[in-house]
Amino acid sequence: MADFKQTPSQTVGPYFAYGLTAKQYGYPQTSIAEGVLAGDDTEGERITLIGRVLDGEGKPIPDAMVEIWQADAQGRYAHTADPRGSNSTFVGFGRLGTGTDPQNRFLFQTVKPGAVGDGQAPHITLILFMRGLLTHLYTRVYFSDEADANAADPVLAAVSEDRRDTLVAAREDGAQGVVYRIDIHMQGPCETVFFDA
Amino acid sequence: MPSRESSATGYTRRDWGSHPPLIHPDYKSTVLRGPTKPLVPLPAGLTEMTGPVYGHEALAPHDADLTRNGARNGEPVGERIIITGRVLDERGRAVPNALIEIWQANAAGRYVHAADQHAAPLDPNFFGGGRCVTDQDGRYRFYTIKPGAYPWPNHFNAWRPNHIHLSLFGTGFLSRLVTQLYFPGDPLLDLDPIFLGTPAAARERLIARFSIDATEEGFALGYEFDIVLRGPLSTPMEG
Ligand SMILES: [Fe+2]
Repeated sequence: MADFKQTPSQTVGPYFAYGLTAKQYGYPQTSIAEGVLAGDDTEGERITLIGRVLDGEGKPIPDAMVEIWQADAQGRYAHTADPRGSNSTFVGFGRLGTGTDPQNRFLFQTVKPGAVGDGQAPHITLILFMRGLLTHLYTRVYFSDEADANAADPVLAAVSEDRRDTLVAAREDGAQGVVYRIDIHMQGPCETVFFDA
Repeated sequence: MPSRESSATGYTRRDWGSHPPLIHPDYKSTVLRGPTKPLVPLPAGLTEMTGPVYGHEALAPHDADLTRNGARNGEPVGERIIITGRVLDERGRAVPNALIEIWQANAAGRYVHAADQHAAPLDPNFFGGGRCVTDQDGRYRFYTIKPGAYPWPNHFNAWRPNHIHLSLFGTGFLSRLVTQLYFPGDPLLDLDPIFLGTPAAARERLIARFSIDATEEGFALGYEFDIVLRGPLSTPMEG
């Protein structure tokens, strides 16, 4: 019997923008996803998730690509593997390069996800790609105003206590609405927790 | 059952014997960008086993034909090729409805990307980006132009081998893959720190195979490239 082994990952390289995030970067092609996840009819609390990706010298990385995947406000995923089946129009997937914002931030406009109901706190999962990263990385975003749920979350519990903060976005309620901020540190004393998912 | 599968997770694990390490100093950009601490194991839950689903409705008519989707006043310059193959899981089962996005340099080794300053000509009739979705047998097919090699600043006289970038979504977020397809017999492969960063036993899987069967008489050379993604450990049918 043939052995089907995983195709190796390779870096996304410096030139993904016109292929994967064409609309964001102004190239004449459509994109499957962008930074706006929530439409006018999406139920839930509107939030903006803002952050940067920082290299080993603390410099913002201008050519990273960030993808997020999340449940809707009721904790349902728009996918057949979720037996509750989201019936909203919310897809829950976003994709941004860090090259168009003057501060090299990603800004996702979405809704705060609900708890999925498996004991995990509300969270957004995030994949990181960039030049200089040969294999993509998984991390998560939790929410600072969910302290009780975070304390009971089994995934956070598996992370050493001194590193859990790297996964928690800080909530700010301002004139612009609800903003959650999180920076992703590739290295250094605040190195973000990445998962072998 | 293949040994890499762990019944504790519900999803096949990332096979680190197949994927490049996070820091590979010969590829200089990895030194400040790859994490230094060990990855934390995460059992797959609903978050990881689900993922976005993009079907044929996500596609425009010429998305899979790069010889036409960037044409303005003629045909692109270069050698027309066909890239085709199947997207499979680790048991060899077809992955239907998998979205594949590709991007590449033109025949002269120049990308449309604004940051590409390589002194080689742009082709007014070639954009270099495309998409397709696999059929019920997991099969996909792109028409394109063979990309040229291009220099890069990693080390003195560094050239990337001819390659096409691919991005895939499979059945869930854990199936996600971004990779590069290379061509058989390319002398630059043995000099490329990105290709060589891949574990030796797995490198061959990144090289497309010339196929006279996939070649179209009088039109374009064909290359076969199968892609294997991670997948769920069992399907609902198998209980
Ligand atoms: Fe490239």
